[in-house]
Amino acid sequence: MQYHTPGSFDDAVELAANAEGITRFLAGGTDVLVQLRADIVTPDILIDVKKIAGVRDITREDGGWRIGVAVSGAEMSEHPLLQKEWPGVVEAMDLIGSTQVQGRATLVGNLCNGSPAADSVPAMIAAGAWVSVIGPDGTRKVPVEDIPTGPGQTSLAKGELINAVHLPERGANGGDAYLRFIPRTEMDIAVVGCAVNLRLDGDKISEARVVLGAVAPTVLLVEDAAAAIIGSTLDEAALEILAAAASAACNPIDDKRGTIKFRTHVAGVLAKRAAKIAYERAGASV
Amino acid sequence: MSMIHVTTNVNGDDVEFLCDPRETLLDVLRDKLALTGTKEGCGTGDCGACSVTVDDRLVCSCLMLGAEAEGKSVTTVEGIADGENLHPLQEKFIEYAALQCGICTPGILVATKALLEKNPDPTETQVRYWLAGNLCRCTGYDKIIRAVMDTAADMRKAS
Amino acid sequence: MAMDHDKTNGFKVVGTRPNRPDGVDKVTGRAKFGADAYAPGMLHAAIVRSPHAHARILSIDTSKAEALSSVKAVVTRADFAEGLTGENWNILENVMAGDTALYDGHAVAAVAATTPLAARDAAKLIKVEYEPMPHVTDVDKAMAADAPIIRAGAADSSVPSGLHANVVRYHESGHGDVATGFDEADVVIEDSFKTEATHQGYIEPHACLAQLGPDGKGEVWCCTQGHFNVQKVCAALLGTDSSQLRVTASEIGGGFGGKTVVFIEPVALALSRKASRSVKLVMSRSEVFRATGPTASTSMDIKIGMTREGRITAAEGIFRLQGGAFPGAPMEFTAMCAFAPYDLNNVRQIGYDVLSNRPKQAAYRAPGSPMAAFAVESVVDELCKKLGLDPLEVRLMNASKEGTKASYGPRFDRIGLVETLEAARDHPHYSAPLAEGQGRGVSCGFWFNHGGETSVSLALSEDGTAALSVGTPDIGGSRAALGQMVAEELGIPYEKIRTTIADTATLGYNEISHGSRVTYASGLAAIKASRDAVQKLCARAAAKWGIDEEAVVWEDGYAKPSGPNAGSFEPISLAEIASTMGQTGGPIAGHFEATPEGAGVSFATHIVDAEVDDETGQTKVVRYTVVQDAGKAIHPTYVEGQFQGGAAQGIGWALNEEYIYGEDGRLQNSIFLDYRIPVASDLPMIDTVIVEVPNPGHPYGVRGVGETSICPPLAAIANAVSNAAGVRLKHLPMSPPRIREALDQQANG
Repeated sequence: MQYHTPGSFDDAVELAANAEGITRFLAGGTDVLVQLRADIVTPDILIDVKKIAGVRDITREDGGWRIGVAVSGAEMSEHPLLQKEWPGVVEAMDLIGSTQVQGRATLVGNLCNGSPAADSVPAMIAAGAWVSVIGPDGTRKVPVEDIPTGPGQTSLAKGELINAVHLPERGANGGDAYLRFIPRTEMDIAVVGCAVNLRLDGDKISEARVVLGAVAPTVLLVEDAAAAIIGSTLDEAALEILAAAASAACNPIDDKRGTIKFRTHVAGVLAKRAAKIAYERAGASV
Repeated sequence: MSMIHVTTNVNGDDVEFLCDPRETLLDVLRDKLALTGTKEGCGTGDCGACSVTVDDRLVCSCLMLGAEAEGKSVTTVEGIADGENLHPLQEKFIEYAALQCGICTPGILVATKALLEKNPDPTETQVRYWLAGNLCRCTGYDKIIRAVMDTAADMRKAS
Repeated sequence: MAMDHDKTNGFKVVGTRPNRPDGVDKVTGRAKFGADAYAPGMLHAAIVRSPHAHARILSIDTSKAEALSSVKAVVTRADFAEGLTGENWNILENVMAGDTALYDGHAVAAVAATTPLAARDAAKLIKVEYEPMPHVTDVDKAMAADAPIIRAGAADSSVPSGLHANVVRYHESGHGDVATGFDEADVVIEDSFKTEATHQGYIEPHACLAQLGPDGKGEVWCCTQGHFNVQKVCAALLGTDSSQLRVTASEIGGGFGGKTVVFIEPVALALSRKASRSVKLVMSRSEVFRATGPTASTSMDIKIGMTREGRITAAEGIFRLQGGAFPGAPMEFTAMCAFAPYDLNNVRQIGYDVLSNRPKQAAYRAPGSPMAAFAVESVVDELCKKLGLDPLEVRLMNASKEGTKASYGPRFDRIGLVETLEAARDHPHYSAPLAEGQGRGVSCGFWFNHGGETSVSLALSEDGTAALSVGTPDIGGSRAALGQMVAEELGIPYEKIRTTIADTATLGYNEISHGSRVTYASGLAAIKASRDAVQKLCARAAAKWGIDEEAVVWEDGYAKPSGPNAGSFEPISLAEIASTMGQTGGPIAGHFEATPEGAGVSFATHIVDAEVDDETGQTKVVRYTVVQDAGKAIHPTYVEGQFQGGAAQGIGWALNEEYIYGEDGRLQNSIFLDYRIPVASDLPMIDTVIVEVPNPGHPYGVRGVGETSICPPLAAIANAVSNAAGVRLKHLPMSPPRIREALDQQANG
């Protein structure tokens, strides 16, 4: 395995574009090193992006935020304004692993690992986040939901890497939330995850995005679930339709972490609970 | 296989080593620098026995390459005491019997020291969640949590 | 040795809470565990393991690995002793597969190379050709008529005819007539239960450093609960002499029974013998899960009859345990412990030891007992509910006490079950109000405890200090407790005693640190050795004074004349006698070598409050109280630690821990991410009550305390969860999907 520490994204792209064999980018390394150690993936070339200027920065951008590729979960949690505007995204990231893992793990790593159970991904999609992808042909903007294509798979081409995550402007009367179900209180992979981002007009929901994790080969943006609560005041009837829509969207597997039946049921439960938190947060920001 | 030359600082000492690019910081600390206080319990970042701080950030040394330590400042359990004077956490862990077998103890001490530096007045719940990535199989955590809470109270009084 | 009533009235050191002698080493990182040893020029080893649950090994091609310059030795089964029989053969078969891989993770070859990475890379180059065979991993399926035979002819003579060949041992015990007993009952409940296999989950993976020369002389450094056993087993498996092999126990990073067994030491020795260099072998976490001993999994049927007043009239249990591909699942312990808390006229228990394609089970804290308690105490709870009776009062009404004929045969000596039940009933926890969604559960638990072969040595130094050498690895703070007992006897401060775990060349044979035996047996031995030394100290004083040895007594660290008739002499301190011992007859040391037989059984009662989220099936343990009879708590803090640790492991077993096998017979969750032991944020503080009903078989009344604490939690939590959720959970762990499923089934009638 070769280990490289390019000083710029252009150098990183060049290394990756010309690499032979398996290439992996190293930011927090909390998935890459586990896979290396377990002989699941031993890259031929490992490109550590942390020496590139600006990769650890969280900066204001068009009223929203630009989060560098190597910003850790801990650094996001320690950023009061980001936390205030996008609590759902920050808490989703914060749920990944231990305090120790938070010291290293990144949003982009969580996204590119391609796990349908990745905690931060539903929250980013609900928030309407996009990533900037840099490659041999320049830079392109890609919505987060277009990156994962299946378990362990992404739409990134050879030589391409993500250099930042972009969160839109929060805007007025909005709130987001992410909940996941795990059997313990910490340290597990989501059995089901659900993110809700919504906006209020008065006490009525005017916009909403509901996203489920760990219930299909990729994270699901569930439009029926959003439709169930748009126009409502999140009353019991709306919540029941929301839960039913969330459960109906599920296409999960039976595995060591949960059964099809369990995941399908809990997706509905979490959708209701996450929606209530997001609703409350949106109201609180009025 | 080409080895990588790394210059870093561990517990205040400048050190250099050569490592295989696949070797973790944990491998390097133990096998190259003879700092065996840092333990491997899982190698997957799930147990916390290998906890160290890198530039004052708490991490699992099994989830970081040795090569990534270039230019960093690493602190391990061997760097917690001040010469022959134990850190208050170390004293309290002995007094409270907050360890039985002791294999998780180095990681827990490194992690709790980092916690108290960030938050000198944590609640019991905060201590429990901060330490969720440090598995202990002997104690049921009871005496560990009590030792941490009591150390924090003592340190607040002393400061 | 019987209890010494004079001593127990005025303890000075016993019952206090001094700091442990290994404390500073363990908080500074200096303590040396299994993987912390390094030898000049040592090699690193890696093991090749079967990816199949059951497969014939057709060939092993090591040529590619051996061609690497970094590789110094490769071993397979051919490099171990031949012609072994009995348990030695079983152990060898588990340490290195013969012609068949019997479970996912079974070792088939090993390699030693110059670095850990080189060894891992070389292991990947060893090509093993397998012919997969049908497999079975579930205990009930392994007993079914169509189950593949895992090992023909493995059954012993205890097995009745007509059972599947995978049933290798059978147990039956009890007394009275259960049919008559059930006739006398007003209510009879019969139900079936299952528990999944769990792992001891020690945080330190198995590790050793070994060296074996062509002269047959060798050294092993390893983390083990019993280095004398390692010596004996390794000598047998390598075909060498026990006494030529010196084994040193490292600090041990948790064992809980799982390090009573030999896995890697013979492999490292075989590699060392071949390479003529020291070899270090450290398991990965995944290897620990796949290839070391978890508990047995169980399938159990329980039938209990009760009168309207709460008196149990008869009890019957059938216990089926799979312990992997080897005989030894502790089904007789399960059977014998099941009804031990109850004074029964009619009781019958049957046990089956069943083979399956899983790793060879190893002891796990009171092996076999927690599962039995889960099944039995669940049924007792259901009976109480049906009859509207208080569960603790019913247990008190039926409790075993001194003189009760135990369900497993003998009559109980003095025991403390009633005292634990009364303490639990009177504890504020038992009467505290419960919040919405919460349920309370109680359970009793029982474990035998054990004595075992024990040898210790106590050497006095000229400066008046003492060195105690014991052969039982310290797995929970025993060096402190043993030092306290010596301090009590010699009458010198605890700090003046150093307790060391001596290697196999230093002492006579010591049985493993298991069966909650260390504070009991090594403690009794330390007391005896101290008294042996005291006798010699008194003899030196007698000689100095010119009086009979019998006229000298030892009090508070001084030799004194026994009374006015003995003469009038100034008392002489231990330090004074020791300072001149070279001139007064030579070194003074005390010894003990024997097999103490007076281990006292112990009982516990636990109370737990659990909260169940009925939408997700998630359980939170909100309050926990352990009440247990310790006989005499030598170091109360460490006794509390054993109570708390056992409860925490029980919580894990009850709620989330389990071995999950796929259809392919491979273990699916071999890392801590998916084998979910409790983390700090999962647990509440664990309250403890130490009951002290002295064990008549120990001079201070000590009972073992290490294991009983894991017996009640499974049942107590099952009772709490069932009360909270309103549905009886009969399959452990009570994971969220299982709780949801039970709720769904109840809702659908």
